[in-house]
Amino acid sequence: MSSKKNSNVKNDASSAGTEATIINLYAAAEKIYPRSTFGFFTKWRWVMIWLTQLVFYGVPWIEWGQRQALLFDLEARRFYIFNLVFYPQDLIYLTAILIISALSLFLFTAIAGRLWCGYTCPQTVYTEIFLWIEAKIEGDRAARMKLDDAPMSARKVLKKGGKHFVWIAFALWTGFTFVGYFTPIRELSDAVANMTLGPWQTFWILFYGFATYGNAGFMREQVCKYMCPYARFQSAMFDDDTLIVTYDEKRGEPRGKASLKTDMDKSKQGACIDCSLCVQVCPTGIDIRKGLQYECIGCGACADVCDTVMDKMNYDRGLVKYSTQHAINLGWDHAQMLRHILRPRVMIYATILSLLVASLFTSLMLRTSFRVDVVRDRGVMARIAEGGMLENVYRLQIMNATESTQRYRLSASGIADLKVESDAADHNKSVTVNPAESRWIPVRLQIPDGSIKSGSHPVAFEVRAIESNETVSEKSVFLVPR
Amino acid sequence: MSDFTSSFWPMFITVISVGGVIGCALLLWLTSKIKATSPNGDNTNGHVWDENLREMNNPLPRWWVWMFIITIVFSLFYFAAYPAIGTYAGKLGWTQVNQYEQEMEAANKTIAPLYAKFAAMPIDQLATNPEAKAIGERIFMNNCAQCHGSDAHGSRGFPNLTDKDWIHGGSPEKITETLTNGRVGMMPPMAAAVGTEDDVKNVANYVLSLSNSDHDATRAAAGKEKFAVCAACHGADGTGNQAIGAPNLADNIWLHGAGEEAIIKRINEGKVNQMPAQGAKFSPEQIHVLTAYVWGLSNNETK
Repeated sequence: MSSKKNSNVKNDASSAGTEATIINLYAAAEKIYPRSTFGFFTKWRWVMIWLTQLVFYGVPWIEWGQRQALLFDLEARRFYIFNLVFYPQDLIYLTAILIISALSLFLFTAIAGRLWCGYTCPQTVYTEIFLWIEAKIEGDRAARMKLDDAPMSARKVLKKGGKHFVWIAFALWTGFTFVGYFTPIRELSDAVANMTLGPWQTFWILFYGFATYGNAGFMREQVCKYMCPYARFQSAMFDDDTLIVTYDEKRGEPRGKASLKTDMDKSKQGACIDCSLCVQVCPTGIDIRKGLQYECIGCGACADVCDTVMDKMNYDRGLVKYSTQHAINLGWDHAQMLRHILRPRVMIYATILSLLVASLFTSLMLRTSFRVDVVRDRGVMARIAEGGMLENVYRLQIMNATESTQRYRLSASGIADLKVESDAADHNKSVTVNPAESRWIPVRLQIPDGSIKSGSHPVAFEVRAIESNETVSEKSVFLVPR
Repeated sequence: MSDFTSSFWPMFITVISVGGVIGCALLLWLTSKIKATSPNGDNTNGHVWDENLREMNNPLPRWWVWMFIITIVFSLFYFAAYPAIGTYAGKLGWTQVNQYEQEMEAANKTIAPLYAKFAAMPIDQLATNPEAKAIGERIFMNNCAQCHGSDAHGSRGFPNLTDKDWIHGGSPEKITETLTNGRVGMMPPMAAAVGTEDDVKNVANYVLSLSNSDHDATRAAAGKEKFAVCAACHGADGTGNQAIGAPNLADNIWLHGAGEEAIIKRINEGKVNQMPAQGAKFSPEQIHVLTAYVWGLSNNETK
């Protein structure tokens, strides 16, 4: 890839010849005016935009019982996800989700390159939305370039001002929605309406809104080119059988201007009519005809626009298309190319991914609605209680992860005639724990003194939730002094 | 920054922080001066590896340079505001201890109304208030359970707090006093005052007889007279004296062990036992809540 020509050549390489020139280490970023596209890939991008954004803007408004269905309550350290409540102890699930996300990225990248970048990444999605707003107000590429070059006028101020107004409104709504994942969104909207937002809520709405406005309105492709780490390491997932947006050089070259009247056989010309539309639509400002470049986010805009040109010229579609290096170089047909997608790398990623997803769901299914921890009292080894009983003291921490009050029954096993006593429990050896609360319960285990030899004896506490009949067992030891 | 005993560390920190900023600025300045040349004029810098791999110039966007400059300017303000250079404390006077104290103050302010409410409640009411009980239990678990046990039943040398037997008194006032100032229980070695080894054994048997524990009746009868020296503190009937912390010998609760052997040992060696004072650690309101919790352990109607 590094040997491919770079789009940032300041000194026109083709004309410079072999004369030594000065190259700059810094350059002002040039503004890119992507032209609007229509076609297969554009349609799919908009499908993904609608899907992801309906989820993002819609989900916080869904209610579940007495609360918001999806709420990350950082202050209370509880994550509510529909019927599940997660606590800091459940961090392992977050880890699993992150690993699954990373492996999915590997898998999809190995199959079809930067699918994430081109269709679902928030940077792409919001840039596309902001571009759409921009095109609706200022017009398409040519109109925007003309407007930027034009001297200041009432019309320019109105158009630019209108665009920024809509952008900011949209960005603020995005910031508001984002904060709505952490503060109940209905309370938040009341607070906005009554101007009673807290300082941190205000800060985060403005901050996230500003980030949306700045990234989607101004930074755009620069985020992908200079800031995004995923963009860089995704190229390590590519190989010669990865589907990438490719220009069919064999078919296209030598390029040259042509019209419907041009006789292709006589002119010895390739299919590329050098209309430069593929460059005009590119959101990162590259020329796909120079081959795979690190800036390419795989959005397929060039493929869409080239197809419309090919249709007009009555040529076959697919001069710019999703294809693999092997397919282009070895002249494979479509079926051959697709067969090679299923290669060991893809199989391995897919296998690990499905195993992880399966284990995550199994683990979620087997997750008990409460947790138990046993801590043996360290200050007291053992003591003699009334009635000649030898006694050890423990603390049981029972954490009720459900959203209702629960009763738990305590028992213990491991030694013959083991008795459980607790001042906190009722005569049934049952204790009550409030919703989503964790409670320490001092428990005494007793055996008749002298019934077993001195030393450390393993015991197990069993805690059973009376309502759901789930049981959690925790190990500890019973010490008998000499 | 007086926390450091050696003047090396303030200098070390100064060199790293200031040196880092100067280094960044220098790097920016140098790279803006350097004009790399492209020998072939095609924006490659002439380096070739692996036969034909050429290094191409990929200019950094200028806005990124501005971000570097902003961070350098920011760091200068940061150096002025926070302790970063030598022993200079910074304009804001920020320290970790300050921050801790501020946070504690803020936390105390939020719980103050709760404690004010508790402080106004009498002990017997507070002992049944679930909120106060939960707070008292947490204080107990974190500070008292190490000796008295999580269930407050104590163990040898550490009194059981759930029974009605109190060495220094079980009224709320006395419990508050014990918690605030601590207690020192002191029994001197009494062997010399009691008499011979045989006398000691007789007295021990007499003590056991007070609670109807297993004892030798003949020896107990012989020891009764000698018990007079014990009676000075433990009372003629051996029921103890809470004013001076002399335990009741007539019940079946043996803080330092039951049986003849353990009692002889106490008469011979005496005992000093201490409950540490908690007054400096807690506010009077917290002691009040803890008193209610401890008092409630034995003054519980359901038992």
